[in-house]
Amino acid sequence: MGFDFAYFLSNFPALLKGAVLTVELSVLSILIGFCLGVLIGLVRLAKFFLFRYSAIVYINSIRGTPMLVQLFLIYYGLPQVGLKLSPFVAALAGMALNDAGYVAEITRGAIQSIEKGQWEAARATGLNYYQMIRHVIFPQAFKRMIAPLGNEFIQLIKSSSLVSTIAMVELTRTAQLIASATFRPMELLVGAALIYLAMNLVLTLFLSRFEKRL
Amino acid sequence: MITFKDVHKYFGDLHVLRGVNVHIGKNEVVVICGPSGGGKSTFIRCINNLEEFEKGEVVVGGVRLPGAKREIRKLQADIGFVFQGFNLYPHKTVLENITLAPRLVRGMSAAEAKGIAMGLLERVRIPEKADVYPRQLSGGQQQRAAIARALAMHPKIMLFDEPTSALDPEMIGEVLSTIRDLTEEGMTMVIVTHEMGFAREVAHRIMFMDQGNFLEEGTPHEFFKNPKHERTKRFLKEIL
Repeated sequence: MGFDFAYFLSNFPALLKGAVLTVELSVLSILIGFCLGVLIGLVRLAKFFLFRYSAIVYINSIRGTPMLVQLFLIYYGLPQVGLKLSPFVAALAGMALNDAGYVAEITRGAIQSIEKGQWEAARATGLNYYQMIRHVIFPQAFKRMIAPLGNEFIQLIKSSSLVSTIAMVELTRTAQLIASATFRPMELLVGAALIYLAMNLVLTLFLSRFEKRL
Repeated sequence: MITFKDVHKYFGDLHVLRGVNVHIGKNEVVVICGPSGGGKSTFIRCINNLEEFEKGEVVVGGVRLPGAKREIRKLQADIGFVFQGFNLYPHKTVLENITLAPRLVRGMSAAEAKGIAMGLLERVRIPEKADVYPRQLSGGQQQRAAIARALAMHPKIMLFDEPTSALDPEMIGEVLSTIRDLTEEGMTMVIVTHEMGFAREVAHRIMFMDQGNFLEEGTPHEFFKNPKHERTKRFLKEIL
């Protein structure tokens, strides 16, 4: 047997095709999860306890349960109460909602790390809460969010392999399908691993460029 | 302009302001001095509601504290506050620091706000620093930029909370002379400082604060020549 390089190369295009779906899901869920997460992070800091506690409940539910269970709940559980989602929408919802929970905590931590004097300076010139967040606090907090966001997004891209369990033929599932037909998993899994690695390296590079520019 | 009636403030068990009664008139320049931990900062921060108090009443420029949020915000926009630690926005240039509130709160156009900001930067003598970020400035320049930021809102009152305490000695003079220029324009000002020479020169009234209340006050002449209270005498002996 051994590692058949020609076989590896001949199947690589098929893997790349599967990776397109992985990239789509990752990019969309990162975008949606980021926006949602920042909002939830701000709600987490609200003075009104009902807002604050609903955000805490959300964050802890997401972080305290396996993503696989979350995906199953959305795809297999919800139809039982009348909400049937396509695999793509279910996968995207699962990934974005999961991401949002972590982004919310990253947002909260970064905002709380901004010196008290920045809030006071903004308040002392008559800015309202929204203006303070929008113009003074969040731009500074965002810089501090980039590194932890990088970790979270990498984690999310890797976790996207879990959606192969809810009928999504993405990168991991593609590798599995070909391997089970040809009984040669090694070349395909190495190929899939390399593609995940490449995606994450591109993301890391992009974020570090972005961080330097800010 | 500023009236405190029996104001009490606690930080947990710590009784920081103990029944403060003060009246500061329009166009008056008041310097507050006293040992650290005596309540000076807390007092000045209560004037523009950066600090809330537990008991008593404060009236500033006709606005009663504690009051409605909107009223307080308007009051804060009308009061300039200069911090010991400058608190410039590090992600914005000096010009952007100064124009932010006039644009957002006063609804000024970018051009109008910039015009005012440049005028103020001339006044605090750093016009060439408009497009520079705060971290590229010396402490003294940062504090002068912060003063320009406060002035850009056309405040009715200016508050200074130890404006030179975080500065290297050689930069204290330039900030004090900037503040001195303002006192000559007849603005209502409250200044917390340990710079007694400066106080003697600019203050209409000097107030001495310790243990949560004002123990003594008077014109600079009276205050330095004939301090009545034992505590004041001891303080002046130590500091002069």
